Amino acid sequence: MSEDHEIFTRLDQAQAAALPALEQAGDEAALQAWKTAHLGRSSAVMQAFSQLGQAPKEIRPAIGQRANQVKLALESAFAIRSQAIKEQALQRALQQEKLDVTLPGRPQPRGRMHPESRALETIYTILAEMGFQIFRTPEVETDDYNFSLLNIPAYHPARDMWDTFHTTRPGTLLRTHTSPGQVRAMRQRAPEPIRVALPGMCYRYEQTSARSEIQFNQVELLVVGRNITFGDLKGTLTDLARRIYGDNVRTRLRPSYFPFTEPSGEMDVECFVCGGKGCAVCKNSGWLEILGCGMVHPVVLQNGGYDPSEWSGFAAGMGPERMSMLRYGIEDIRYFWSNDVRFLEQFS
Amino acid sequence: MKLPLSWLKDYVDIDLSVEDLARVLTRAGLEVDSIQLVGLAAETSSQHEFKINGLTWEADKIVVAQIDEVMPHPNADRLVLCHLNDGIKEQVVLTGAPNLFQYRGTGPLPTPLKVAYAREGARIYDGHQPGQVLTTLKRAKIRGIESYSMVCSEKELGISDEHEGIILLDADAPTGMPLVDYMGDAVFEISILPNMIRNACVVGVAREVAAMTGRELRLPPADFHPAGPAIAGRASIKITNPELNPRFVLGLIENVTPQPSPYKIQLRLRLAGMRPINHVVDATNYLMLELGEPLHAFDYDVLLQRAGGKPPVIITRTANPGEHLTTLDDVDRALEPFTVLVCDEAGALSIAGVMGGQESEVTSATRNILLEGASWNFINIRKTVSYLRLQSEAAYRFSRGIHPELAPWGVQLCLKRMSDWGEGVVASGLIDSYPAPVTDPVVTLSEADVTRILGIQLSAAEIAALLRRLDFTCTVEGSSVMAKTPPHRLDVGEGVVGKADLLEEVARIYGYDNIPARRMTDALPPMHPNPVLETEAKVREQLVVLGLQEVITYRLTCVEREARILPPGAEAPGPYITLKNPIAPERSLMRRHLLASVMEIVERNARLREHLAFFEIGPVFFPRDDDPLPDEPTRLAIAMTGKRDLAGWDGAPSANLDFYDLKAVIESLLDSLHISGVTYTPAAASSYHPGKCAEIRAGDVVLGVMGELHPLVRAHYDLGASSAPVLAAELYLERFNGCRPARVLAQSVPVFPPVLEDLAVVVDESTPSAVVEEAIRAAGGKLVTAVRLFDIFRGEQLGAGKKSLAYSLTYQLPDRTLTDSDTQQVRQRIIRRLEQDLGAKLRA
Ligand SMILES: [Zn+2]
Repeated sequence: MSEDHEIFTRLDQAQAAALPALEQAGDEAALQAWKTAHLGRSSAVMQAFSQLGQAPKEIRPAIGQRANQVKLALESAFAIRSQAIKEQALQRALQQEKLDVTLPGRPQPRGRMHPESRALETIYTILAEMGFQIFRTPEVETDDYNFSLLNIPAYHPARDMWDTFHTTRPGTLLRTHTSPGQVRAMRQRAPEPIRVALPGMCYRYEQTSARSEIQFNQVELLVVGRNITFGDLKGTLTDLARRIYGDNVRTRLRPSYFPFTEPSGEMDVECFVCGGKGCAVCKNSGWLEILGCGMVHPVVLQNGGYDPSEWSGFAAGMGPERMSMLRYGIEDIRYFWSNDVRFLEQFS
Repeated sequence: MKLPLSWLKDYVDIDLSVEDLARVLTRAGLEVDSIQLVGLAAETSSQHEFKINGLTWEADKIVVAQIDEVMPHPNADRLVLCHLNDGIKEQVVLTGAPNLFQYRGTGPLPTPLKVAYAREGARIYDGHQPGQVLTTLKRAKIRGIESYSMVCSEKELGISDEHEGIILLDADAPTGMPLVDYMGDAVFEISILPNMIRNACVVGVAREVAAMTGRELRLPPADFHPAGPAIAGRASIKITNPELNPRFVLGLIENVTPQPSPYKIQLRLRLAGMRPINHVVDATNYLMLELGEPLHAFDYDVLLQRAGGKPPVIITRTANPGEHLTTLDDVDRALEPFTVLVCDEAGALSIAGVMGGQESEVTSATRNILLEGASWNFINIRKTVSYLRLQSEAAYRFSRGIHPELAPWGVQLCLKRMSDWGEGVVASGLIDSYPAPVTDPVVTLSEADVTRILGIQLSAAEIAALLRRLDFTCTVEGSSVMAKTPPHRLDVGEGVVGKADLLEEVARIYGYDNIPARRMTDALPPMHPNPVLETEAKVREQLVVLGLQEVITYRLTCVEREARILPPGAEAPGPYITLKNPIAPERSLMRRHLLASVMEIVERNARLREHLAFFEIGPVFFPRDDDPLPDEPTRLAIAMTGKRDLAGWDGAPSANLDFYDLKAVIESLLDSLHISGVTYTPAAASSYHPGKCAEIRAGDVVLGVMGELHPLVRAHYDLGASSAPVLAAELYLERFNGCRPARVLAQSVPVFPPVLEDLAVVVDESTPSAVVEEAIRAAGGKLVTAVRLFDIFRGEQLGAGKKSLAYSLTYQLPDRTLTDSDTQQVRQRIIRRLEQDLGAKLRA
């Protein structure tokens, strides 16, 4: 029979030899060698195709068919084996590429705001939500704006409340508070109603210490309108305290004295460190003083160009450094302007 | 001010706990800083509100006892044995108190000594240890005699530091009574607001407590009818300037022997922070603490002597040129011409309202006392105090305004106390000169005023009732109250000021806590945006994104610090805003150079980090000729130095930061602000390397200067071992805002594909790259949407003084795809332009 032709035997043998050999091929090189040997031009299968013409005519189709079967079988086995070897190689490579994930990351230079700018930005954002716009005024001021127009005449005992740097130009000084901005804002805005925040650097003639600096920021609020009462002052400042210190913070407002407001007050918030039980931060009082405030004094309204029998207003001032110190437990106010990177890098 | 509770209770009934009273005081504006317990127990409440410390005396362990006899100790000279009765039993108690030695071995005492006695188990302070160390009394044998209890010193009971002897109580102290019931106290430390000097005394605080709690105020007596001979003719008063000295009052007490005050008086003074001296001095101090009126006692015999035996004439006048006076504190003081003196015809006796003179001072030998009560112009006293740098309890009060009505009352009450606490005869009547009487303001306050300012509805009758609690005399007329200020305060003004003063009193007594809070109902006022601030915020945010650390430095500096930012030999910087009273020489003026401040921060941190990149946004100060106030423009300063990259574990070497790192920062910054038309031109600013410095402009506007710090300037700063250049920039931030477009329009994203092409041209070395780029853009027109320099090459094959610049160009049209002929044409245009204008050659 035609199947007895020795070519069939060779093909069968070729297939039988090739498949186990494939299993022996362990890497890409061996695989290629196997391919050359068993599917290359001189392989038994390919030989069968090229010598087809020499075979008896009647069995040529059968040989062709058989050779094709073998070729397909070998190719398919090769593809499977090849895929397996690639996967093994990948697995090996992945195993070898294992990192020490505990090594530190590659350091990148990082930018940061000064903590004071961050604090001011937070306050501005809150104030903006409450309708206050920023109004800035000079740091070097006249005695008039800093004191006299704020109802603090020369030699008035109230001047004891401020230790003042005077400049060599008579009648000028480094502002001791942001309050001169009250009269400046009023004079610029009259007769409009006003709702502004007056921020900026102020100066104090005092030896620096952990608690005291020669320059410090204040943020002052000023509201002037035809319908502004002490109730508005309480409501606005309570809202402000809640936005800064949290919704459930307890506040208290107690009488105080500033020459440019009357009635005047100081607002305390319950110490958020100890929850009012008493600790070192609140000096065992349970309260933290956060802002001074009051109804704008009629003399100040007059000096600003507003008739105190028709207009009223309130003002309030706070110290952002102090707020940051409380918030972050900063123990020395001098850290702020000395700009040691070991301090600055703690804030982001 | 230190305020003992027991003293306060003399004038007002108080049934509040210590902490509740502190709460009332604080809500009246008398902020309680701390509470010192002296025997009384502290309640514990969940809501802690005050700092409380001190010692509580256990009622069953610390009591009043009496010593009936003092006997010598058999084996110790420095100890005595006391026969003591503590109300329960008689016993023998051992003590070393030196103030008992005088009674040793004198037999049974005719009047028993009353003492503070601590029984076994009592908790007291250890008298032999410094500070306050708690100890519990235990049984012990001392020199062979068993001891289990003790008679106490003030230190042991937490009253004062006094441990020299034991407390000897007044003779009427009831034996056996718990000491806490007899004299237990609490001392409130109160801050007195500048407008509340009327409350720097016990009666003042009592008035506030009475007003706040609705209780009655019991004032000390004001009517006296002393039995002594009349004072008239014994002295006279001459006031030369009534404006400075509105009132002057004299009283007289004769045949006095200064002696210790009763123990309870001494205790009060001590708790209030004053040292007991003798009953004469104590009485004037007591009166000042009680009524707030400082008094001054003269030795009448000294005055008589100075007047040659005639009745002295007391004169008040300002100091004569060159006049001096030696004050009580033994300092010879030169007096300013505005200083008011109390004098007699022989010369100055005291600085009015501030401090007495040495010569007429009361001593233990004084027998007759002329007592001064006066009122002084508070502004003048304040001026005197600040010029003389001399503070006193009297000056503290007089420099804040003491009502003249207190003078006669104070003098009489004080003389009465002197005669009560010692012997002596008080002359009847006073010599009273009151040439400038105070008119107590009458202020009209309406219901509408209260509603308009305080936001509460009160009837005129209710308003009047609140004010009457503070002793205002009120008349209700319709919806208004006419309130006359009581004659013990000078802080109430006239007209609108008076109205505000009364509104504060109404709010205070009504209670800030009781005024309802509300949200502002006003329409939002016209909004005025602050674009300058917005630009600053944007700059800050962008520089942080670019990896820079913001700093905020001192605005106060000095010429030497500022000069460091200039090369040696440069003209001294200035002019400056200079302080008249600097606190330190290195903080004596306001800066002109922001970069000088930032460089100090670079220096400070140079050894801490290998990569430093700082910026500051802040004002500089330039004096102006036409304005007393300086110009305060806002500047931006940047300083960078060190390694470009931070060292990691892989040891990749990093180059130093250079000019182009800084330039990238500035380009990104300006780009983020949408500032266009920015040019960088070589510049010569003295702080910078002459070849590495550029002026930055936006159109015609100079935005600032940037570059590498001049090596000689860099050498002014100690940057440790680093040799890296310092890159710095100073920008006129206040000008940025004008260069920002009012509106930024978004561009459509192109839908047609771009064509990318490289172009390398050879130009002269001196041709700036910006000129080449400009020529490319000009020739390319709208078709060229991006020009990126990606290589600079210099080499022999180009020839000397030549460089090759290679650009990557992007061609793009918004409405169609580019054809080959489009790109061919534009390329040719660009090449032609470069050849013609710049003599450039296309590099093969
Ligand atoms: Zn606390």
